[in-house]
Order: sequence, then structure tokens, then C-alpha cells
Amino acid sequence: MEPVLEVKNLVVGHCRKKQIQPIIKGIDFKVFPGQCLGILGESGSGKSMSLKAVMGLLGADFSVTGEAFFGGENLIGKTKEQLRQIRGKRVAMILQNPMTCFDPLYRIEDQLSETYREHTDLGRKEIYEKSLAVLIAMQIKNPEEVVKKYPHQLSGGMLQRIMIGLSMSMEPDLLIADEPTTAIDAITQFEIMKEFIRIKKESNTAMIFISHDLAVISAISDEVLVLNKGKMADQGSFRQIYEQPKDPYTRLLVEKKKSVMDQYHRVLGRKGVMSQ
Amino acid sequence: MKSYIVNRILSAIPLLLMISFLCFVFINMIPSDPAEVALRVRQTPVITEEAILQVREELGLNDPYLVRYLRWVGDCLKLDFGVSYTNPSRTVLGEISRCFPATFVLAMSSLVIVIVLSLPIGFFCAVYKDSLFDRIVRGIVFMTTAMPAYWVGLLLIWLISIKWDLLPTSGSGTIKHLILPSLTVALTYISTYIRLIRNNMLENMKEDYVLYANVRGLKQSTILVRHILKNSLHTCIVAIGMSVPQLMAGTIVVENVFAWPGLGKLCIASIFNRDYPVIQTYVLLIGTLFVVFNLLFDIIQSIADPRLRREVS
Ligand SMILES: Nc1ncnc2c1ncn2[C@@H]1O[C@H](COP(=O)(O)OP(=O)(O)OP(=O)(O)O)[C@@H](O)[C@H]1O
Ligand SMILES: [Mg+2]
Repeated sequence: MEPVLEVKNLVVGHCRKKQIQPIIKGIDFKVFPGQCLGILGESGSGKSMSLKAVMGLLGADFSVTGEAFFGGENLIGKTKEQLRQIRGKRVAMILQNPMTCFDPLYRIEDQLSETYREHTDLGRKEIYEKSLAVLIAMQIKNPEEVVKKYPHQLSGGMLQRIMIGLSMSMEPDLLIADEPTTAIDAITQFEIMKEFIRIKKESNTAMIFISHDLAVISAISDEVLVLNKGKMADQGSFRQIYEQPKDPYTRLLVEKKKSVMDQYHRVLGRKGVMSQ
Repeated sequence: MKSYIVNRILSAIPLLLMISFLCFVFINMIPSDPAEVALRVRQTPVITEEAILQVREELGLNDPYLVRYLRWVGDCLKLDFGVSYTNPSRTVLGEISRCFPATFVLAMSSLVIVIVLSLPIGFFCAVYKDSLFDRIVRGIVFMTTAMPAYWVGLLLIWLISIKWDLLPTSGSGTIKHLILPSLTVALTYISTYIRLIRNNMLENMKEDYVLYANVRGLKQSTILVRHILKNSLHTCIVAIGMSVPQLMAGTIVVENVFAWPGLGKLCIASIFNRDYPVIQTYVLLIGTLFVVFNLLFDIIQSIADPRLRREVS
């Protein structure tokens, strides 16, 4: 099978006063259609940075080298405009803080429709209907009321669902979720994770799931990449990482999390990995 | 929402009273006897003890402090600001309303210049941060904050009116007369507003909603104008509104440099003549303008910002 995204030797540096400070020091990974790659690592290990670099979301003060093949094309070296057209349409991304990701001055409706206007040629009415359909698909009640609301009037979980719904309605080839459950409360976390597991089952979208939480990663990933201080610490299937961690850093992460994870799996009902 | 507006308006009343009291106290601290001033100004040939006493009686200067203050506030509420000491045939209200339009025109044209220049310059400085353009503007901004308005005014008169003979040096009446004074008044504020808009935009660019807009693949121009600029202006609404009374007060020096017949010129003339009622009314007027505009733009902001706007239930 062809990978949807194949990253080779990605290096990211931050230029400050003519000095380049390395942030990502050469990482490789692949994601296949219908599969989920989990990226695990502590805060500051470079998880977000590596995908922002691939998607062209870093400012001019960052240098990015390496290769990132997406649909046969190398994303690194593409112009800003080319990357912009891919973002939001063919590659969708879900961010960590749903409460701050929407512009506080516009209604949800406006923010959904500006995204559709950018990437589709749907008319006003079709866009409105599509927006409602997104909310319905994400099991949000009273969609007509919710689209009229401003972000501050909705809960974090609700906004996170809207973000997920918007991303999936574009039918992207690749969905990147950057710690989508970190900023919301535990109960909503489970709901949101269920949503991701459903998406994974129902669509053929490749998924990259970033988290610092081994339990969350274990619930959804097929392959896992462990990052530590901008370097790859470990890579392999979830079982490999879990049962025979090669790297001492991974071993530490696994030890810390074992008990919490059992609980997680009971609730989400994902068997297999644990019981085998 | 309605109760918020009512509360806000009610809370302005003690503030206005405080301003009027301070204004009254400070003016009365000027070390010269108003009665004597009044006599001298009326060109009484010999100022005698009796004449002074008589004028004191006439102007009500013998009553206790608080009584005089309350009487003054009461009169002010009835828009009776008294009679000019220098020219007893003129009321203070008449003098102020005669000079107000000129100052208002000057302040408004300055405001237009300030907005027309600082908005796009601030915008492009933020968009092209650290570019040559941004660095040059920052240099100029730094320099102009250090230049006093009267000095800039005199420099402009020397260069544009005297050397190049393009515009009149002073006076009023035509658009041509308006250009130099309003430019001078505007200059001090342009720097402030360029900096305000630039910094606000840069602050907003770091926000998550900008990252997410980029993630959604919106055009850069859409993100800059629809999202970043709009959010920045929202945080500057009060500051921009407050510039109106600031400009009105800020004309005082420039009006005297350019002989512009507005409130500033009236105020300086009154200070030289020790014309207490006029000075007092001018200070009160400017203070009131600050309070009123602050109130007005606070309310406007609370209506414009969905986070502050409360549902009317
Ligand atoms: N704007 C920036 N300028 C310079 N360095 C940065 C910047 N943003 C992040 N970094 C550096 O890049 C490193 C990786 O950051 P990144 O945001 O990818 O971490 P992360 O693994 O996503 O962590 P988190 O769990 O906190 O999101 C950090 O150590 C940080 O020092
Ligand atoms: Mg991150």
C-alpha cells in the first residue's frame, strides 16, 4: 500500500540572531490510508513542531529541510499558496485548545462557511445546509441554534466536535489531531475519543494522533512514534512499544502509565492489545 | 445589557462631580484676587478698598467656599456659566460656543489624518514586521514622540509657509488654513496610534484562532483583514474614541502657534487676563468631554464585542 504521507529526515531549526537552534533533529515516519500513527512524547519534545513544519505553518524564522511526500509530491519546498490550498482540504488538522481556536468575533456559522467558501464552490444555501449536517453528524443537538452562537457561548467539548466535524466534512486524505483531548475534561475526553475511533472505523482517512498520553495513544494507534527532545526514541507497532520498549525513555513512559491505561480500555471497550 | 448601560451612566455622575470640585478648588488657588482683576479689567481708574469690597459682594466672593461651589455647580447645570470678567457684556457660554466650532473642526480633521495615516501604516508595519519599511517607520515614530507640537508647528510654518510659500502661516477660514494646524496636532498622535495598531496586530497574530485559520487554509488576506485587523480594532475602540477629547484638549498649544480662533486660544487669553469664569468653564468642559467619551465608547465596545454583549432576556 502507498503511504498517504511519508516523511524522511525532517530537520527543523529556529533561527535567532543568525544562529540556528535545532528543534527537530531528523525524524522519519509513514502513514497509510485507514491507519493511525500515534506520536507520543513529553511537552516540548517537538510533536506539534514536526507536523506544523510539514504543513507549512511555521513562520519565516524557522528552517525546514528533509522530504515529506504527500500524494506523490514533496510538501517541503512548495510555495505558501500551494500549501494553503492543501491545508484544510486534503490535510485537516484538529488543535489542542478548542476554546481559543475560533475567532471570538464571529459566529460558528461564519467560521464554517468561510472555510467552505475557500475550498469549495458551494452556494450560500448549500453551505448552510452542509454546516448543519456537520453538527448533526457530530451528534450536536439543536444545530440551527448552535451555528448562530459565538464561540464563547459553547463548551470546549462542543467546539472540539465542531472542529472534528468540519475537518471530516472536507473528506481529507489525512487527518492530524494535535492533542485533541488535552484541554477538555475527562468525561468529554472519552466522548471525543469515541468520535475518533468511529471516524477511523468508518472512513479510509489516514490519521496522525499526537499526544503525551500513552493511554490515549493506545486507544487508537496502529503504529507509534516516540519523540524525545526532537529525536526519534522508538518506533513500531503499539504492542512492540508497550511490551518491549527499546529505548529507556519509552520504558519510563510505559511504566508510568500502565495502571491508568487499563481503566481507559475498560471504558472505551477496545480489546486486543491489552488482553493478548 | 440595558442595566449595564444605566449603571455605567450613573457611575459617571460622581466622577463628574469630582472633576467639577477639583476644577473649582484649583482655579481658586490662583494667587490673585478675582475682584481686583475684575476692576482692573473694567479699567476702573483708581482701585480703592471700597471698590474691591463692592465687587467682591457683586461677584459673590464673600460667601463660604462650599456655598460658592454649590452655587456654581447649580448654575452650570442650568448652563449658566456666568459672565466673562474681562468683558462683562459677554457670557461665558457665548464665548465658549463661539470658539467651540473652530476647535471641533481642527480636532476632527486631525482625527481624520490620524486614522487615515496610522491605520494603514500600523497594519503594514505589523504584516511586514522587521522589514525595511517597518524599521524606518519605527525610527520616525521614535523621533516624533520626542518632538513637541509647538516646535513641529513652527518648523512647518518656517518650511512650508515661509520658505516655499505654499500655505498661510496663520488664521482661519479656508481649507488651506486648516492643513498645517491639523497636521501639527495629528503628528503627535499618529505615532501613538501606529504603535497601538502594530502592537495589537502582532499580539493577535500569536493567538490560536490565527493558527486555526491557517490550518483551515484561509487566504492570508482574509486572515489579516477579517480576523486579525478586526480583533485588533476591537481592542482599540476605547483608545480611538478617547482620542477625540484628547485632540480637543491637545489643540491648545497649536491654536496659539497658528492663531487659530478656537477654545485653546480663548483659554490662553483668559489665563493671561485672569478671567476666572472662562478658565473654569474650559477646564470643566474638557474634563466632561473625557468622561462622556470614555462612557460612550465603553458602551459602544460592550455592544460591539459579542463576549461583553449580554443576552437581553
Ligand atoms: N515559536 C517558537 N520559537 C522557538 N522555539 C519554539 C517555538 N515554539 C516551540 N519551540 C520549541 O520547539 C520545541 C518543540 O515544541 P512543540 O510545540 O513541538 O512541543 P510539543 O511536543 O508539541 O509539546 P506540547 O505537548 O507542549 O504541545 C520546544 O522545546 C520549544 O522550545
Ligand atoms: Mg504541541
